[in-house]
Amino acid sequence: MAASTTNGFRVIGTRPIRHDGVDKVTGRAKYGADYAFPGMLHGKVLRSPHPHANIKSIKVDKALALPGVKAIVTSADLPQMPDKMEAAGEQAINLNHLSANILARGKALYDGHAIAAVAATSPHIADEALRLIEVEYEPLPPVMTVEDALKPGAPILLPSLRNKEEGPDKETNVAAHLQFKRGDVAEGFKQADYVIEREFKTAMVHQGYIEPHNAIGIYNADGHATIYCSTQGSFVVRALSAAVLGLSEGKIKVVPAEIGGGFGGKTTVYLEPLSVLLSQKTGHPVKMTMTRAEVLRATGPTSGSTIRCKMGATRDGKIVAAQCWLAYEAGGFPGSPVGAGAMTILAPYNIPNILVDAYDVVVNRPKTAAYRAPGASNAAMASETVLDEIAEKCGLDPLDIRILNGSHDGTPQTVGPPFKRIGFIETLEAIKNGEHYKSKLTGANRGRGVASGFWFNVGLQSSATVNIHTDGTVSVVIGSVDIGGTRAAQAMIAAEVLGVDINDVRPTIADTDSIGHTDVTGGSRTCFATGWAVYEAAQDCIRQLKERAAKLWEKKPEEVVFQNGVFSPTQANGVKPMSLKEMAPRLARTGGPIVGRATVNARGVGPAFATVCVDVEVDPDTGKTQILRATIAQDVGKAIHPSYVEGQMQGGMAQGIGWALNEEYFYDDRGILRNTGLLDYRMPTCLDLPALETLIVEVPTPGHPLGVRGVGEVSIVPPPAAVANAIYHAVGVRMTELPMSPPRLLKAILKKRAAGETQAAAAD
Amino acid sequence: MANKVIVETTINGDPVELLCEPRQSLLEVLRDVLELTGSKEGCLTGDCGACTVVIDGRPVCSCLMLGVEAAGKQISTVEGLASGTALHVLQQKFLEHASLQCGICTPGFLMSAKALLDHNPNPTEAEIRYALAGNLCRCTGYDKIVRAVTDAAATMAGRSRPAHGAVPAETASGMTGEMLAKGEVK
Repeated sequence: MAASTTNGFRVIGTRPIRHDGVDKVTGRAKYGADYAFPGMLHGKVLRSPHPHANIKSIKVDKALALPGVKAIVTSADLPQMPDKMEAAGEQAINLNHLSANILARGKALYDGHAIAAVAATSPHIADEALRLIEVEYEPLPPVMTVEDALKPGAPILLPSLRNKEEGPDKETNVAAHLQFKRGDVAEGFKQADYVIEREFKTAMVHQGYIEPHNAIGIYNADGHATIYCSTQGSFVVRALSAAVLGLSEGKIKVVPAEIGGGFGGKTTVYLEPLSVLLSQKTGHPVKMTMTRAEVLRATGPTSGSTIRCKMGATRDGKIVAAQCWLAYEAGGFPGSPVGAGAMTILAPYNIPNILVDAYDVVVNRPKTAAYRAPGASNAAMASETVLDEIAEKCGLDPLDIRILNGSHDGTPQTVGPPFKRIGFIETLEAIKNGEHYKSKLTGANRGRGVASGFWFNVGLQSSATVNIHTDGTVSVVIGSVDIGGTRAAQAMIAAEVLGVDINDVRPTIADTDSIGHTDVTGGSRTCFATGWAVYEAAQDCIRQLKERAAKLWEKKPEEVVFQNGVFSPTQANGVKPMSLKEMAPRLARTGGPIVGRATVNARGVGPAFATVCVDVEVDPDTGKTQILRATIAQDVGKAIHPSYVEGQMQGGMAQGIGWALNEEYFYDDRGILRNTGLLDYRMPTCLDLPALETLIVEVPTPGHPLGVRGVGEVSIVPPPAAVANAIYHAVGVRMTELPMSPPRLLKAILKKRAAGETQAAAAD
Repeated sequence: MANKVIVETTINGDPVELLCEPRQSLLEVLRDVLELTGSKEGCLTGDCGACTVVIDGRPVCSCLMLGVEAAGKQISTVEGLASGTALHVLQQKFLEHASLQCGICTPGFLMSAKALLDHNPNPTEAEIRYALAGNLCRCTGYDKIVRAVTDAAATMAGRSRPAHGAVPAETASGMTGEMLAKGEVK
């Protein structure tokens, strides 16, 4: 068979059309909200209008009396969970917190916290019923920022919350304090010629997926339930829903619908258990979908944060010490990504002396969920702009100072163990040698900024089966939902291994009864871990096919080789070699069908690095920043489908630019979210962005059969800092607060101008 | 309960008689009454464009219009874009350029792009970006969407374009952010 592509690959590295593509451009693809069932009811959720309140009573009689209303549930209908970390499926989670987030138990902890849920014969009747539910609240003072939450005497959100440091008797809003340490920072700073210390604030932001959360719960009289929903992890939905409802996992089947974006925000449950509970009460399928306002008020955005970063360097640019303090908003329940922030903030650099303190703080905001490289963009905003200042002090090019200090293979990570093969320096060199960085930027109020970012990536568990059909076509069955082209990549891996055409492979995403456990589509893990499982399952097919060929040829399996898509005996002696397509019709008479299967708990994950270069122009009269040009270089290990790899790089960069310039949760002084629509929660449009240029860097991950590295997340890490650095080089102001929206930037420009005028006046 | 109304309209070229409540949006009618679920709900406030349909030649957020207002109108939805099993050029180019990741915004983008190309078969990149600014995509950063629409316009006009994957980043799009900054967007 002819090999036609680069690096010895025949399929990998090409750009075939995705297998689910036609369904998705014709409107046929079924997303969660597109399903409907006979006799289906519609569920809606009543939400707290207070950010912090005791719930004194909930009266549902009037609402239940409305014709068409079939059931109303409150937290009293959910089993009380122990207030401690417990296993739910494959993860440990505080089930009491999870349950109380799904339906508030005694206390509302944020504007939008779910109080009760209604099932009715139409969504409009369910809405009317919500207005008839009477809730008596005792409002409490809201705690909206980490600063307020840390103050002595601050109102306490969770009376049972304790942390190790403050001891078992002290009520607190601090859920955890983590510390990472290497060397001696005090000694380190003594060696420094320049020390820069800055404090940063970053706003809470939302993933902004276009598809609101949805779920259809169908509870059967035999005690089994089925959930149709758009989720990043069907097995997570099964485990968490079962735990919250007090059912055993095997009683629930989750059918993952097509998913309209997630970015981490669809890795937990909100509506799923409620739809089952309402179905259990009514005996009907119950469909629930959120409005956009509900998505913004009551799903899991990522943390706003306060970060202090101090860095010291010698005159020649060597960083000798760094100290960071991070406090992240967890939302109403513990669990911000501050640990990841702490472990990523200094990861790109080899610094002998570091001290990082990190605090997970509860505030009266929605419980945060994962968002693309959770916690790392906030952190990089701090460290990567401080480093830019140091480069300027030292008179060094911002890429050169990163190359000088950058982490290599063997550099210790923040947590201790050294990096294995990583491609950070390669991303810096790709930008340095690229046309963008070499181009000259001219014009008033224009500036160029660079920044880098690190993300761990994860491996975790995946299952795959590969079926050989009698006509020689192949189906690949996986449990990872397709959020951005995964089907194509998985099919390509199978096609590559089996020596078949990519169009002869059909990828399918199975429900939780039809495939082995598979963790979330998240953590940049799908192509790495599920791809690994598909690779091994295809290899399992090859092993079995060799046995069949041996049978046909009356040889031993080890006397059959598979090369370039063809099975042949080691010693030819007149036997005609066969491709998989020729073997396939002979399976019945050589022993039956062939199903290749594999499961992995993928280890040896390859961490990801990216470097971004952006050019901006600032309007000094309005403070508006326009992105003129943006380029990202990212180490992806090995690009299976380069178009979808570029897509991840571009998409993360676009989200990072939105985070940098516009996006923020705006709460008023009563703790009420004021921008609950997409007009006011302002994400980048087509008109806000230029072409997004990508430089794919391929430093293969050792140990992975194809060298794949996760590609989904790291692209969002550098942009806020890169834009901040570009703004500085454009107009001379160092921004320390996100977003760098027009009013904030204008204020900083006017302050600088006033300071300049004062200086000038003093000089006169 | 509200009294239902009979509405006579034309959807994807076919006459349709439907029954809806006066309070139901056109999007709700398309999705829940007619089972045309290709038009998506992202916001219900006209901000995301996922529900875009073309009505009498103009792109419209179907969530902002009542079903009863569809009476007498010509409505095109994503379900009517292809001709039989032949995809519309825009659909084909979206696939070739990998212009969708999750795909939830795709129907809306296709309908906005169709309305644009029907009126302006040879748009500049700035005009494409302006015409699509009412559609939000959170996955792609729009780059590959703009390329697909550019390529579709060229293909429909019979101009040859390089095959997908061979489009150099720096030359495929005529427009740069600099043009935006200079106010060259019409």
